[in-house]
Amino acid sequence: MKALEYEIAVIGGGAAGLSAAAKCAASGRRTVVIERGEELGGVLLQCIHSGFGLHYFREELTGPEYATRVLSQASEAGAGFLVSATVMQITPDGPGHLLTVYSRQEGVIMVRARAVILAMGCRERCRGNLGVPGDRVPGVYSAGTAQQLLNMEGIVPGRRAVIVGSGDIGLIMARRLTWSGVKVECVLEIMPYPAGLSRNIAQCLEDFGIPLHLSTAITGIQGKDHVESVTFAPLVNGVLDLTQSQRVHCDTVLFSVGLVPENELSRECGVQLNPKTGGALVDDTLMTSVPGIFSCGNVLHVHDLVDFVSQEAERCADSAVRYCAGAVHDDQPGLIPLEPGDNVRYVVPNQVVAGNPHHLFLRATTILEEAVAEIRDTEGTCRFTRRLRHVRPAEMISLDIPGDCTADARGLTVALEEK
Amino acid sequence: MENIFDVAIIGGGIVGTAVAYRLAHRALSVVLLEKEPDVCHGVSKANSGIVHGGFHYSATTTLKGRLELRGNQAFDRLQRELGFPFQRCGILVVAFAEEQLATLEKLHAQGVANGVPGIELCDAERTLQLEPKLNPPVFGSLYAPQGGVVEPYRLVFSLMSAACLNGVELRRRFEVVASRNLGESWEMTAADGRTVRARYVINAAGLYADVVSSLFGAEEFQITPRKGEEYLLDRMSQARPSKVIFPVPSAHTKGVLVIPTAGGTTMIGPTAEIVEDKADRTTTAKNKERIFGLARKMVSGVSERDLVTSFSGSRPVIEGKEDFFLAISAKAPRFLQAAGIQSPGLTASPAIAEYLEQLLAEAGLPIKDKPSPFLPWRSTPTLRDLAPQEADRLHATDNPAWTNVVCRCERVSEAEIRAAIRQGHDSLEGVKLATRAGMGRCQGGFCGLKILRLIADELGISLEEAIRRESNGKAQVSILGGKEK
Amino acid sequence: MKTLQKICICCPTGCHLTIQLADGNIEVTGNRCPRGDNYARQEINDPRRIVTATVAAAGNPHCRIPVKSSEPLPCAMIPALLEELYAMQVSLPVAMGQILLKDYCQTGIDIIATRAR
Repeated sequence: MKALEYEIAVIGGGAAGLSAAAKCAASGRRTVVIERGEELGGVLLQCIHSGFGLHYFREELTGPEYATRVLSQASEAGAGFLVSATVMQITPDGPGHLLTVYSRQEGVIMVRARAVILAMGCRERCRGNLGVPGDRVPGVYSAGTAQQLLNMEGIVPGRRAVIVGSGDIGLIMARRLTWSGVKVECVLEIMPYPAGLSRNIAQCLEDFGIPLHLSTAITGIQGKDHVESVTFAPLVNGVLDLTQSQRVHCDTVLFSVGLVPENELSRECGVQLNPKTGGALVDDTLMTSVPGIFSCGNVLHVHDLVDFVSQEAERCADSAVRYCAGAVHDDQPGLIPLEPGDNVRYVVPNQVVAGNPHHLFLRATTILEEAVAEIRDTEGTCRFTRRLRHVRPAEMISLDIPGDCTADARGLTVALEEK
Repeated sequence: MENIFDVAIIGGGIVGTAVAYRLAHRALSVVLLEKEPDVCHGVSKANSGIVHGGFHYSATTTLKGRLELRGNQAFDRLQRELGFPFQRCGILVVAFAEEQLATLEKLHAQGVANGVPGIELCDAERTLQLEPKLNPPVFGSLYAPQGGVVEPYRLVFSLMSAACLNGVELRRRFEVVASRNLGESWEMTAADGRTVRARYVINAAGLYADVVSSLFGAEEFQITPRKGEEYLLDRMSQARPSKVIFPVPSAHTKGVLVIPTAGGTTMIGPTAEIVEDKADRTTTAKNKERIFGLARKMVSGVSERDLVTSFSGSRPVIEGKEDFFLAISAKAPRFLQAAGIQSPGLTASPAIAEYLEQLLAEAGLPIKDKPSPFLPWRSTPTLRDLAPQEADRLHATDNPAWTNVVCRCERVSEAEIRAAIRQGHDSLEGVKLATRAGMGRCQGGFCGLKILRLIADELGISLEEAIRRESNGKAQVSILGGKEK
Repeated sequence: MKTLQKICICCPTGCHLTIQLADGNIEVTGNRCPRGDNYARQEINDPRRIVTATVAAAGNPHCRIPVKSSEPLPCAMIPALLEELYAMQVSLPVAMGQILLKDYCQTGIDIIATRAR
């Protein structure tokens, strides 16, 4: 079996993996990206629409353009790449790690690395996870799979579609399907407000007169050899009102009902996960509970903007590089827990060094037009505030906390208070 | 002159393929007629995959009771011969209320009378020791260590493949719509006009056994579909028990179970309700709630958050008869009935095959062993069960595609998938049942398109055609800018 | 006087704009930056969108080249553009940024490849 040795192994060749590898390689570390797909770029390759890179590249780019940029950065910095290669297992190997990689080209490759960066991204929740009743027939896709079919193969799956879920992927596909000649009958959203960005409601639904049914749940899919219709009903005070059930004829159903960080590999090698994010529990260096294994991007927590993914990946790369240089972090004094408080669904990271500056990502549980982000210590003393407007669960909040705010604290909670 | 087979088996489910496998050892020409594109697409597809413990039915007063235990005992040998996933994990029938203990005692007595090895009546403490994940209060249980779980589709496919390797012919998409008695043989006609002749016919047509029986002028009976829904939980679910957990049974049904499947996942269900339509494969919100509620009461950790998928299927119940209808027809010559095979059909299947072989002999067909040796059928290796060194060796010596992981969730290689397609499992569903690709937590989100491309490649068709085929041609699939608009 | 509500699509923020029209005057509120003001005025007079799509590689409709319009295109022209794009067959190789359709219908807008193939 082939054996390779690197200082840093990055698992996943999407935005997070490529940005992390670019930084690692540019810092002089021998780095490899291990990607299970045939091409590098991850989901960006199928996101042919515009809207990426405004922060990171100061330009509005399409997904493939963004992917090309970060790939160039990684290859120009000297990172190595393995494609059609799947990491099956990570085991401890002295001070580092041993990755068992199955490659179509090379057979089994044993890759040794000092540090590992988990950047595997997400999978989509699907009809099966929701247990949507009815017939199990062809014509039901998760939105991302339909996107791949259309944008990477040029195949139009049907003529009339219903989209379940008003997250950005579903909204983007509403426009994409319409531009591909498909009649999108409606979008069904279970919450009383849309899950995706307002701009996407405008340019993907309003532009085409596609109705958005809020507080509405799909109740069944019907069809004999193929999808023929769906039924749905409104939720009144959280309860389905079946007396108002409707049926719409269609031949395609897209599910855009959430992303799940793909942490099977992480779990198998002992990385502890945060049940609130589905991603790893990490400290402020983005290191997981396993020394030398780091995590960034969608596999850590589901992002909205790829720009933030790349920034997070760079910070992660810096940590991995410092780790390779011998910086020992695990027993560092001053690591304190950071917990989500009122109106905060989760915060990343989960542990920080008191007294250091930090970068936090957090998500709200609800819509707040005027809010204040507050960080309090275990005594209840407020250490940091920041006014925020138009807070939405769909839009992740990014906060930079100066070092002195958290000095000598024993634990911290971040909350969003309505003003 | 058209070839006349010795035996035609109508129906490629667990019964039909078990008989085919057995008869493949004999000096007989056998043909199996399956109306679907592949075997195991009818009743057997929704099977719970349990090898039952032999105590639910009396072995003295019922045929199914007798054949269940005999069948159960044949599974070790069958697994050695065919290599399908099978584990004797044990069955636990648990009393969650004091008044249920009386039924447990009756079942235990029946098990002892039937001759079930190792069957044990347990108190609450022993029960919780055997399965700590049970939700108290627990009052006692019946433990049958010989019960187990099997992957039903791999079992059916391997029975069929081994039978075909040894001379049995399989005719797919052959729905018998007419039959004619030609004196010494039957002539059967398919919907598309193909014909087949055989001296003896075995009716193993599952939900449509009543229709087939009519076509041959044999016994008149009615098959009523009794549907069961099943819910599949992620293999990482905390609720996976070490043994199959049964509640105390009611009059009609063994109840909603918590099953540690042979594939490593956890399954809860089934329900049991009469439905109108034999083709009804729907799942319902009402039953989902009911099944989760019942399962949660039995095993802690059952959670909707772990739901991966759900499906349903119907048991072929003969109106007015709860036992197996295994008999030489009194009305139609050289015609055998193997109908009304509900639970414990899969468990009993090796014994049902043996029984039907005896009936064939009784009906006048001379049965002798084949002079040539029986060719052993080796199932395709599965990547998930191979050590990396083994996988690497196969990559180098057999096919580089061995180390191309197509289905990440279930660890299935391109090589296995191509092998399955070549064995005739050439749809997403067929590949899934044969290899587990697409059966995992992402439900084909990552691998579905890849599998379709492999099917297209193997069959020499376009990707849109491969997609269209999945819906029997109904899908309005087109290429961007293509003419079909 | 007429009042319209529009969501600005210039950036992910998606400001809710209120546009008041009176006697040929346009007043825009709700924008957090000047781009919103420009967007509102443009949207009233001549709504335009960036168009993205994929075109087929010559001889292989399953090899797709993603493309975008160099500028937002008038909405009314989009269906015809898409039809033309889907009928195209482009010879490989294609470079990133290569112009596949120059000066579409004399708008001065090009359709450019967003990926090298």
